[in-house]
Amino acid sequence: MTAVVVLCVAFLAVAALLLVVRISLGPTMLDRVVALDVLVAVVICGLALEAAVRRHTTTLPILGVLSLLGFVGSVSVARFTPGSDDVEVEQS
Amino acid sequence: MTWSSAADLAAAACLILGALLALIAAVGILRFPDVLTRMHSATKPQVLGLLLVLLGLGLRLRDARAIGMLALVALFQLVTSPIASHMVGRASFRAGQVRRDLLVVDELSEVLPRPEQPRQP
Repeated sequence: MTAVVVLCVAFLAVAALLLVVRISLGPTMLDRVVALDVLVAVVICGLALEAAVRRHTTTLPILGVLSLLGFVGSVSVARFTPGSDDVEVEQS
Repeated sequence: MTWSSAADLAAAACLILGALLALIAAVGILRFPDVLTRMHSATKPQVLGLLLVLLGLGLRLRDARAIGMLALVALFQLVTSPIASHMVGRASFRAGQVRRDLLVVDELSEVLPRPEQPRQP
């Protein structure tokens, strides 16, 4: 089990690092939002891995909250991207 | 080999596969050239990787209430992820942040009521 844990943590850590690089580089805001959504998924995977290793159910509600939180963030950023919709046309 | 050790083995395989999918998707998000291609890569850990990891956690916990909560998490992710992807793709196309030279078929630009000037980021 230790080898499995080390392997999974290494995968997830490298993935999170690459995603942070994309978030800091990302030419547009939508690139950052996509990468941030995947980063939330990686965090969920990490919490689930920790719960699986120690066999406890304490962090399960956090998984539910996180799976809804990434959705709200990406939808609100996509909604208010300039030029993405007819909102400005209707108001002007 | 007992049932519990077999379940632990299956859980380990699921966890490794899920983490590997997250890594592959992160490499894709870093290397792909465009918002749409990055979204293609982003759906892998959001759906399949997360489902594999949750399956591994359920196999490891083997508790009915915990598995119910995990099914709820998977359901939330499956319902919300397509909506978020749809909003992001729509916004990126309408804001002109899509690289049109990479598109093979572009039927949306013809039917958009108000064609926008492509805004280079």
